[in-house]
Amino acid sequence: MNGSGDGLRSELEQVPFFEEAMLELQSVHKRFGGLHAVNDVSFKVAPGSIKAVIGPNGAGKTTLFNLISGNLPITSGTIYFQGSEIQGKKPHQIAHLGMARTFQNIKLFHGLSALECVMVGRHVQSRAGFFAGMFSLPSTWNEERAIRERSMELLELMQIAEFAEVEATSLAFGQQRAVEMARALAAEPRLLLLDEPAAGLNIYETAEVARLICRIRDMGITVLLVEHDMSLVMDISDEIVVLSFGQKLAEDIPFNIQKNAEVIKIYLGEDDAITA
Amino acid sequence: MKRRKNLAIAALCLAAVCVHLLTLLTGTQFYLTQATMAAYYGLVIIGLGALMGYAGQISIGHAGFFAIGGYLAASLTTRNLAVFQETWPLRGLDALNMLKTGQDLSGDLLLTVSPWAACGIAVTTAALIALVIGIPVLKLKGHYLAMATLGFGTIIYRILLASPYFGEADGISEVPGFTLLPAMGTLGPIVVSGDAGLRVVNYYLAWGVLIVGTLLLLNLIGSRVGRALRSLHSSEEAAEAAGIDTSRFKLQVFVLSAVYAAIAGVLLTHFNGGIGPSEASVMKSVRYVALVAVGGMTNLWGTLLMGVGLTFLSLRGVFGTYDDAVFGMILIFVMLFAPEGILSLRLKLFFQKIFLGARS
Repeated sequence: MNGSGDGLRSELEQVPFFEEAMLELQSVHKRFGGLHAVNDVSFKVAPGSIKAVIGPNGAGKTTLFNLISGNLPITSGTIYFQGSEIQGKKPHQIAHLGMARTFQNIKLFHGLSALECVMVGRHVQSRAGFFAGMFSLPSTWNEERAIRERSMELLELMQIAEFAEVEATSLAFGQQRAVEMARALAAEPRLLLLDEPAAGLNIYETAEVARLICRIRDMGITVLLVEHDMSLVMDISDEIVVLSFGQKLAEDIPFNIQKNAEVIKIYLGEDDAITA
Repeated sequence: MKRRKNLAIAALCLAAVCVHLLTLLTGTQFYLTQATMAAYYGLVIIGLGALMGYAGQISIGHAGFFAIGGYLAASLTTRNLAVFQETWPLRGLDALNMLKTGQDLSGDLLLTVSPWAACGIAVTTAALIALVIGIPVLKLKGHYLAMATLGFGTIIYRILLASPYFGEADGISEVPGFTLLPAMGTLGPIVVSGDAGLRVVNYYLAWGVLIVGTLLLLNLIGSRVGRALRSLHSSEEAAEAAGIDTSRFKLQVFVLSAVYAAIAGVLLTHFNGGIGPSEASVMKSVRYVALVAVGGMTNLWGTLLMGVGLTFLSLRGVFGTYDDAVFGMILIFVMLFAPEGILSLRLKLFFQKIFLGARS
């Protein structure tokens, strides 16, 4: 276990590891009482790749995400992020190590404008503290301006710059999703976790999201996503992990996953008439 | 944004001067006494406003922090410490020239702490208590947090009421003035005290403290930490995911609001020349919460104006013996008809229509 303060150091010491895998899960378990929500799941996410986690409802995908981002404590197992163990760390500590995420049910901040929401995302990239803020020390002015400019650029990237001053929670659904994505990108993460980025979007918007995710990958950010929309997953993923009832059923490239008999079975049912 | 803030602060300064001139013109300078007290209570209320409105953490125990500040300042500057003269804390204070010696009625040595040192001790103690209470309590949310802080307030109230050192039900009286600055040249000394001759100085001092307090809070809210506080208000999960150490920031703003309350307690106690246990009562805490709500949770200006305004009316005795009942009624009406505060009511639209023409 690493202490909270030496995250950066241990990250530097273990650079060779992170060449291997951006993220690595080793037999991760999560129990809620009697329910085995995540059961012995292991996989790796290669740097610079897009990896998708799919599975029917209740397969444990979102739980798995919450374990990786630290929102839920894991029951047993190990999670390596850039070579260092992160299980047991708090979500904000993991965020400081370079992981950002979005939420399935969008979580924007009431009373903050779209721009301010994205500026919150810059938190890990800035340092002005309590007293610096209270006394509005000159040292904070440049940082504040930089935060604002960078956040504005991200809103432009998401094509929602015109709504910068609008209260984020009053925006349309798709725009809120874009604000959330911008907030996650504002942290300049190495790994971005996207929890159902296309949920509730129409096919045009979904295609837009697909282009965006590829663009994020091209920026050098590794992407791990949970998604229901098969067309999106099959189009953009480098590799896919299939979960069913908390267990890893398959892990392969999209082409093979599409032909995997077991995967077809859990999605379409066990009826012989269909498989025949 | 920044310019608007400075303009509003300037307007507040101007308003303070105007009130003074108005009392001069109408010969009602005695109003300044209550205006001074209202400003100190205003300091408690804006501090609580930052905690409740922006960070979203309720506290029904802030009268406790006010009382810790006030009572420690009062007791340290009045209680005779001659028996402890040779102990190390007093020697230390003596070395720093922070003790005051005199003679009591029977001619024995009277040893008390100077107001500056007492103020420092009182505010530091309040901050430390806030820290110690805050670490476990701020893990709670909503109703549970309200209950826990209510419990804290009650404990402080009961301790003060039971302890002979703090004067039990009588409280502490004959607290000396607090000389902030000695007389220099032609300028008189700046002393926090209820002396009629110092009324105007104290009025400006209180408003100065309140305005500086407001400015610092406005700065904070607009800063990186302020954004973090506002974000954890609606979703701690998302704030954490953005790298915000939510428990740490909650604790910091809790301590800050306790320090505001304690400073107000110290200064008001010196101004009034005493403090009684009613200042620590739960009714006071509830009143502070009510005033924050009336002003509009996320509206520091509304909180400031409503807090100071209603406290002033209450201190003038406008609500008579129905004081607490009136505040209860106000709280109910605000929650029903203007949950975002009085200032959010049609007033904004009204002013927009006047100044910008009917656009909406």
